[in-house]
Amino acid sequence: MSIATPVPRLVDQFQLGLDAPICLTWELTYACNLACVHCLSSSGRRDPHELSTAESKAVIDELERMQVFYVNIGGGEPTVRPDFWELVDYATAHHVGVKFSTNGVKITREVADRLAASDYVDVQISLDGATPEVNDAVRGRGSYATAVRAMEHLDRAGFRGFKLSVVVTRHNAGQLDAFKKIADRYGAQLRLTRLRPSGRGADVWDELHPLPEQQRELYQWLLAHGDDVLTGDSFFHLSAYGESLPGLNLCGAGRVVCLIDPVGDVYACPFAIHDAFLAGNIRDPGGFAAVWRESPLFLDLRRPQTGGACTRCSAYDACRGGCMAAKFFTGLPLDGPDPECVQGHGATALRVADRATAPRPSGDHSHAAGVRSAPVQLGIPTARARRPVRACDESPLNGGSR
Amino acid sequence: MTAFDAARTWRLHPQVSVRPEPFGALLYHFGTRRLSFLKDRLLLDVVRALDGRLSATAACLAAGVPADQLARYERALAQLAAGDLLRPIDRDEVAG
Repeated sequence: MSIATPVPRLVDQFQLGLDAPICLTWELTYACNLACVHCLSSSGRRDPHELSTAESKAVIDELERMQVFYVNIGGGEPTVRPDFWELVDYATAHHVGVKFSTNGVKITREVADRLAASDYVDVQISLDGATPEVNDAVRGRGSYATAVRAMEHLDRAGFRGFKLSVVVTRHNAGQLDAFKKIADRYGAQLRLTRLRPSGRGADVWDELHPLPEQQRELYQWLLAHGDDVLTGDSFFHLSAYGESLPGLNLCGAGRVVCLIDPVGDVYACPFAIHDAFLAGNIRDPGGFAAVWRESPLFLDLRRPQTGGACTRCSAYDACRGGCMAAKFFTGLPLDGPDPECVQGHGATALRVADRATAPRPSGDHSHAAGVRSAPVQLGIPTARARRPVRACDESPLNGGSR
Repeated sequence: MTAFDAARTWRLHPQVSVRPEPFGALLYHFGTRRLSFLKDRLLLDVVRALDGRLSATAACLAAGVPADQLARYERALAQLAAGDLLRPIDRDEVAG
């Protein structure tokens, strides 16, 4: 038995939490130039209480002390913060690596050259359709062209292995091969993540989440591509089909994962922006470390969880009941099935659940009026004027295997 | 993958960070952007002992690996080397 590199039993270890998160998402701003219909942080307008440059640097200092290897920076569109590059440089100088998610709006040739020169910065370009029609219906007019231009610049600059990040929806689930081709064309790595009913995503989830037959095709596709395609371990509910997907099958919320939002609020995970999952604020005495180590919410999440009705299911060891946020925002009990349970238990639960009283995401920074690049409606019944997803957390829990 | 020679001098890759945890340690490679786990505190001691030792075997012994466990720990180091977490260096580099 090997003693280095990943083993399933570490899942149990992680379930109890670590001294510091492995995978930390930090949303730098709620400001965004887009208005994606499924934005999980309901972004659009800057919040006047967002962390200052000095406060942000203090967070980085603390992450360095806690030995957080890297942060996943998102937003909003993080690059529109005037001090964005200053903070990236500060983080990497302090041994905190940065991977940031962007719609590509600020990735000029010059920026791409600079990014390609750093070993400690990784870039993730968001694209939710392999064609402009499918992408722009969700992310907004012109957003496909913006992302492609950014990828061209990165490729030309010699940046190998940046990420092309796709949220899988009903409308792009049939385009997986096309996404892979786009990633290959630009020397990027494809990353697929799950659509969550978080933020504005709650409004469009019913119409956008993949259909059951699409889920199965996605599962087969992921199995066939193995380590070649990243998923942030976000599809662990699909492991209930039989074979486990690469990576760890575990909800890391508050255990190995958390979110710092633009005003310094710390949530259990990037998909759970709601008071029920708010652990504290980095402006509180003790800062982020105290929130991570001592907040009652996180301590509670690290206690053994009950799987409720799911524990009687033969697939429970594979899916562990699925995604907490997906259940919460669709009005399902946390100790019941995931709304996209592959055994169909979620669909049954959704039929009897009182969807009207499902909790609403806290906070909304959506643009009050439209934006220039509002999602275009081309017969795809999804668009309501609004904004972007900055995808997950790369769950690095897939460790040596990915 | 180059064969792992426990008689050679090995060092942690300069782009690798180590974070001790109750179960062992997390290793993050900034070059490959991959995370690995050491599932054993003794293996962490071994990895730390590489610095200043002329061979992987010497590091194992210095860290307190029992003789009958030596092969097992050398295999673990070989696995780390295969992931480019460890790098061989020349003896004269150590002297220098």
